[in-house]
Amino acid sequence: MHNKTLAELSAGLAAGQFSSVELTGHFLGRIERFDGSLNSFITVTAEQALAQAGAADARRDRGEAGPLTGIPLAQKDIFCTNGVRTSCGSKMLDSFVAPYDATVVEKCAAAGMVMLGKTNMDEFAMGSSNETSFYGPVKNPWDTAAVPGGSSGGSAAAVAARLAPAATGTDTGGSIRQPAALCGISGIKPTYGRVSRYGMIAFASSLDQAGPMARTAEDCALLLGAMAGFDPRDSTSVEREVPDYRAALGNDLKGLKIGLPKEYFGAGLDPAVAQAVQAAIDEYKKLGAEVVDISLPNTGLAVPTYYVVAPAECSSNLSRMDGVRFGYRCENPKDLEDLYKRSRGEGFGAEVKRRIMIGTYALSAGYYDAYYLKAQQMRHLISDDFKRAFEQVDVIMGPTSPTVAFNVGDKTDDPVAMYLADVYTIATNLAGLPGMSLPAGFVGNRPVGLQLIGNYFDEARLLNVAHQYQLATDWHQRMPHGFE
Amino acid sequence: MALERKDVENIAHLARLAISEADIPEYARNLSSILALVEQMSAVDTAGVAPMAHPLDAVQRLREDQVTETDQREHFQAIAPAVEAGLYLVPKVIE
Repeated sequence: MHNKTLAELSAGLAAGQFSSVELTGHFLGRIERFDGSLNSFITVTAEQALAQAGAADARRDRGEAGPLTGIPLAQKDIFCTNGVRTSCGSKMLDSFVAPYDATVVEKCAAAGMVMLGKTNMDEFAMGSSNETSFYGPVKNPWDTAAVPGGSSGGSAAAVAARLAPAATGTDTGGSIRQPAALCGISGIKPTYGRVSRYGMIAFASSLDQAGPMARTAEDCALLLGAMAGFDPRDSTSVEREVPDYRAALGNDLKGLKIGLPKEYFGAGLDPAVAQAVQAAIDEYKKLGAEVVDISLPNTGLAVPTYYVVAPAECSSNLSRMDGVRFGYRCENPKDLEDLYKRSRGEGFGAEVKRRIMIGTYALSAGYYDAYYLKAQQMRHLISDDFKRAFEQVDVIMGPTSPTVAFNVGDKTDDPVAMYLADVYTIATNLAGLPGMSLPAGFVGNRPVGLQLIGNYFDEARLLNVAHQYQLATDWHQRMPHGFE
Repeated sequence: MALERKDVENIAHLARLAISEADIPEYARNLSSILALVEQMSAVDTAGVAPMAHPLDAVQRLREDQVTETDQREHFQAIAPAVEAGLYLVPKVIE
C-alpha cells in the first residue's frame, strides 16, 4: 500500500480495496518501525489519525467522499494544529499547543485527509539541512550519513521513505524544493499568495509560501488543489480561482520553450549534478520542447539580498516570542527585561539568534537605507530579470541545488556555506514566482533534483511539464533501500 | 563590515536576546561573515530603482468595520506561562 501514489490510493479507497482505517494503520506502523532511524516526525498523532480515518470511512459510506478523503498526510510542524503541539522545531514552542488550526490544516481536513503527525524541520524554518531543529537532525533515507535538506526536511524524508504518501511544506528560500531534491521526491512552491499563510508560523512574511510534497507531480497537483485558495484571514492571499491542476497534466510538450539561465550552470555547480540536469533537458527535447539560452544577470545577488530581507522580517515576526503569552519562559526572571532576554536567549537556537541579530542590525537606526531599502531595490532588479526571461520562454529549468545531499555536520560551522546551498532557489521567492523540484537521477546513491520555474500563477503548466517527464522516466519511482 | 564585541552586545540588547559572554567572539565572526556576504549588493547601482516590498503589487484589502472575533480569553490563556484573574503575569514593572 505504501508504494501507491495519492492517485492510486484514491482509486483503491473508492473501489473498496482497503479502508482509510487500514491505510492509516499501515502508515502509522511504518512510522513506528522506521522513524527511529530517520527522526522525520516530531509528534505522531496516532489516536486522532485513526479517529479521522474512521470518520473518513463513514463519510465514504454516506457517498460524500472526495478524491482525497481517507488519504493520510503529514503536516510540517510549522502549521498550527488545534489541540496538538506545534513546535516549529524550537525549544521556544516545545510546550505550545496551538489554540486553532491553520487554514492549510483546515482545508486538508475538510477534504477528508487524515493527519498522521507533525514533521521535523529546521528551527522556525531557518536552515537548509534540518540540523537546526531542537528535536535533532533528520536523516536522509537514501543515505543516513546525509542531511535531507531543509527546512522541510522531515516532510521530505517521510515521503521518500514511504512513511507518509504526501506531506505539506513551506518555502521561504527553497525549503520545499531543496529537501525534495535531496530526498528524491516532487514538491512545488506556488506563487506567493496562492496558499493561505494563516496559522503558518511566520518567518519572512513577504517570502513565505506553503505547498505540497509528494512522490509525483500528479500527486502534487491533487494536493495543491486542496491547499490553494483565497482566505480573507491572510492579508496577502490572492483572490483568484483555483484551477483544476489535474486537467492540464496530459497536455503534450511540443513547442514548449524552456529557458536555461547560464548563471544556473556556472561555477559552484557540481559537474555530476550538471550532467544529470543536462540529461533531463535532453529528455525534454525528445518530448518536443525547444531549449533557449537565457540570462538572469542578478542571480549571484539573490543570496545576499535574501539575507537582508528574510532576517529583517524574521526579527520582527519573532519578537512575539517573548515568554509572556505563550511558549518558553525562563526560570526566576528578576525583571521584565530579564524575562524577555533570557526567555529568548534560552528558547531560541544559535541560527535563529544569528538571523534575528542580522535583521535587527539591518533595521537599526542609520542602517535602514544601506541594507533593507537596498535589498528591496535589488529585489526589483531580480524580479525584472525573470520578467524579461518570461517574454521569451514558457518555463525556466536548472538544478534545484548545486550539489546532492551533503553529510550531517559538513556545513554547521559555516553559516555562509550553508546559505549558498539555496543559490538557485532563493531568487524565485524574492520574485514571488512558482518553482518546483522533481527527481532527475542520482550521483552515487544520492538523488538529484531538476528545478522548474514558472511565471506567476502558472502552477498548472509546471505540474504538466513535470508530469510529462515523469511519464517518460522512472526516477520518481525509485525507492531508498531498507524501507521496502 | 567586521563587528566588534560591543557591536554584538548592542545588537543582542536591541533584539532582547541574552547571549553568553563566551559565545560573543563566535557571534562576531559569524555575523561579520554574513554581513560581508550581504555587502556584495553594494556592487550594483540601484539609483532610481523602486523598492519592492511585495511580489504582487497588491494593495491592502479592506473589510467592513465589524466585530468578527469572539472572546476566547480562557482558551488562549490556557497556554500562557503564568496567568491570574484573566491577566498575564510578568515581573513587577512599576515600583
